[in-house]
Amino acid sequence: MMFFDTALTTNDLIFLARGAGMTLVVTAISVFFGTIMGIAFGILRHQIGPWWAAPLTLVLDIFRSIPLLIQLVLANAFVTTVLGWRISGFTVACAVLSLYTSAYCAEIVRGGIEAVPPTLRRAARSLGLTWRQDMTSVTLPLAARIALPSWIGLALGVMKDSALVYVVQVVELLKSAQILITRLQEPLFLLLICGLFYFLISFPIARLGGYLERKWSND
Amino acid sequence: MIEIENVRKSFGPLEVLKGIDLTVAKGEVLTVIGGSGSGKSTLLTCINGLEPIDSGRILVDGTEVHARGTDLNKLRRRIGIVFQQFNAFPHLTVLENVMLAQRKVLGRPKTEAEAEAVRQLNHVGLGDKLKVYPGRLSGGQQQRMAIARALAMSPDYMLFDEVTSALDPQLVGEVLDTLRLLASEGMTMICVTHEMKFAREVSDRVAFFHQGIMAEIAPPAQLFGAPESAELRKFLAATA
Amino acid sequence: MFNYNFRWAQALNSLPRMLEGALVTLEVAILSMVIGISIAVILTLFRLSGSRLLSAIASTWVEIARNTPALFQIYMVHFGLGGFGIHLSPYLSLLIGIAFNNAGYLAENFRGALKGIPETQTRAARSLGMTPVQAFRYVVMPQMLRISFLPMTNQMVWAILMTSLGTVVAMNTDLYGVTSDLNARTFRTFELFAIAAVIFYLITKTVTLSARLLAARLFRY
Repeated sequence: MMFFDTALTTNDLIFLARGAGMTLVVTAISVFFGTIMGIAFGILRHQIGPWWAAPLTLVLDIFRSIPLLIQLVLANAFVTTVLGWRISGFTVACAVLSLYTSAYCAEIVRGGIEAVPPTLRRAARSLGLTWRQDMTSVTLPLAARIALPSWIGLALGVMKDSALVYVVQVVELLKSAQILITRLQEPLFLLLICGLFYFLISFPIARLGGYLERKWSND
Repeated sequence: MIEIENVRKSFGPLEVLKGIDLTVAKGEVLTVIGGSGSGKSTLLTCINGLEPIDSGRILVDGTEVHARGTDLNKLRRRIGIVFQQFNAFPHLTVLENVMLAQRKVLGRPKTEAEAEAVRQLNHVGLGDKLKVYPGRLSGGQQQRMAIARALAMSPDYMLFDEVTSALDPQLVGEVLDTLRLLASEGMTMICVTHEMKFAREVSDRVAFFHQGIMAEIAPPAQLFGAPESAELRKFLAATA
Repeated sequence: MFNYNFRWAQALNSLPRMLEGALVTLEVAILSMVIGISIAVILTLFRLSGSRLLSAIASTWVEIARNTPALFQIYMVHFGLGGFGIHLSPYLSLLIGIAFNNAGYLAENFRGALKGIPETQTRAARSLGMTPVQAFRYVVMPQMLRISFLPMTNQMVWAILMTSLGTVVAMNTDLYGVTSDLNARTFRTFELFAIAAVIFYLITKTVTLSARLLAARLFRY
C-alpha cells in the first residue's frame, strides 16, 4: 500500500480476504446444491407435464418473485424463532441461496431439454434406448451444452447475490468492507477493492460463457 | 440528367467497376443486364451515394454525388431506389411505411403525406391494404409497397435493383406491370434486371455489363437483335 | 405444532403503511426503468457511433453493471460519491444505483436485439433521405424495443426486487424499509416479512401479466 495513502493494516487485509473467502464458499455450496436440485426439478417438470408440475412451478416461481433479502430474513425468522432451532446464519444462507439457485436452474434445465429436437429423442428411443439411456446419453448431454452458457450466467449471478447474506449475520466480502469503512472512514478505496474482486472473477468467466454461446450457436 | 464519368470502385482487391461512362437523359428508361458480379448493382448504390467511389465522378442534374460538400440526404430525396430485398419496415402499417419519410425527411404535414401515400398506394394497386402490416403481404405486394414508398418522395429518378429477383415466379408479373406503368408515365428509370423480355419491351436503351465494364449499350432491338460482342452473345444464349 | 404465537392481526394493522411503502417501491422501480431505458438507448448509440472513446465508455458501463453486485453499485453511489463530497439522499442513491444497473443490462439486451434487425433496414431508410439518426430513431429503435420487450419486463421485475437493497443506504420509505422499521419496533419479524413477501409477489405478478397483455395489444404485426 505504498502508493496509496491508507490506514489499512495487514490485519484489515486479512479480514477482507476472509470475507472474500466466505463469498466464494457460500457461492460454491449454493451453486452445487442448487444445480443438483435444479436439474432434478427441471427434469421432473418436463417429465410430468405442465399440469402436474403446476405446484412445483408455483413454488419455484416464488423464489424468483420476491427479493432475496426477504427470503433470507423470512427463512431465518422461521427457523430460529418459529421453529426455535439453533442454527447458524451460514446454514440458513446456504439453504436459501441453494433453493433460490435451483429455481432459476430448473428453468434453464427445462429450456435446455425442450431445445433438444423431439425427433432426435424419438430416434434414440426407436433405436431401442430406454428412457434412462436416452436421458443420460442423448438428451441431457445435448441439453447441457445448450444450457451451459445460461448456467454460467446463473452461477455468477449467485456470486453477486451472495452479497445479501449479510442480513443473516454472515460476514462476506461486502459486509467485511462495510465494517472496515465504519472504522476507517475510507469508503471509496475499500469499495473499489470489493468491486474489483467481483469484477475480476465475474468478467473473464462471463466472457467465456459468451464465447461458448457464440461458438455453439454457430454449429 | 445522370452523368457517370469514368467511375471506378473496388471492394478490397476486387475491382467491380472498371471505369464506367454513361449518361441517362431525363425521361429515359435504361435497363442494365449482365451476369452476377458484373458490377451493375454496385453502380446503382453509387449513384445515390450509398456507396463511395474510388475515382471518377457521378453528376445528378449537375450536382456531384460524391463531392465533399454535397448533402446526400437532400440528394437522395430526388433519387428513389428499390432493392431486391423488399425492406418493408415491419413495425409500421403499409400506409405508415409510405408516410414516414415524407413526414420526417420532407416535413410534409400529416394530411398531405397521407393523401400522397394513399395516391401512390392506389397507383401500385395496394389501395385496399392501407392498415395492414407488411408481414401479412405477399412478396410482390411488399415490393410494390416499396415502390410506392419511394415514389411518394416525388423523386426525379428511380433506380430498381433486381426488384423481381427475390420473388416467386408467379409474383414477378405484378411488379413488372408496375414498372411498365411508371415507364409509360415518363419516369426516368434505371433498372438492373434479369428479365430480358421486360428489358426488350420497356427500355429506351439496354446496357450490358461484363466484369466491371459496360461492354455494350444500344436500343433493345439492336442489342438483342445484333449483339456485337461474344460475351453478350454467350450471355443471351444462356438466359434465353 | 409450533411453540411460537403468530400474531397476524397485529402485523396486519401495519398493512396500510406497508402498502404506502409498496407504492414508493413501484415508483422507484418505474423511474429507474425510464432512466435505465433512456441511458441504455444512449449507450447503444455510443456503441454504434464508431467512436472508440464512446464505445469504450459504453462497454465499461455495461461490464461494471453486469459484473458487480447491485448492492455494490448502490453502495458506490451512496458512499463512493460521498468520498467525492457528493452526498445523495437514500432515495436518490437507490434510484441512481438501480438505474445504473438497468442501463447496463438493457444496453446488452439492445445489442443482441440489433443483431436481429437486418442492415438493409437502415439502408432502405437512408435511401429515402433519412439521416443516420432518423433511421435509428424511426426505423431501427422501434424494432429494437419490440424485440427487447420480454427482457425489459424481466428487468422491471429485477428493478422491483432491487428496491429492497435500499436498506443498506438507510432508505426507509419503500416496502422493505417500512417493513424493517416496523420490525425494529414490534419484533414480529416473520409475520411482517411474510406480508411484505406476499405484496412483492403480487406486484411482480401484476407487472408480468400486464406486460404480457400490453405486448399483445402493442405488437400486432
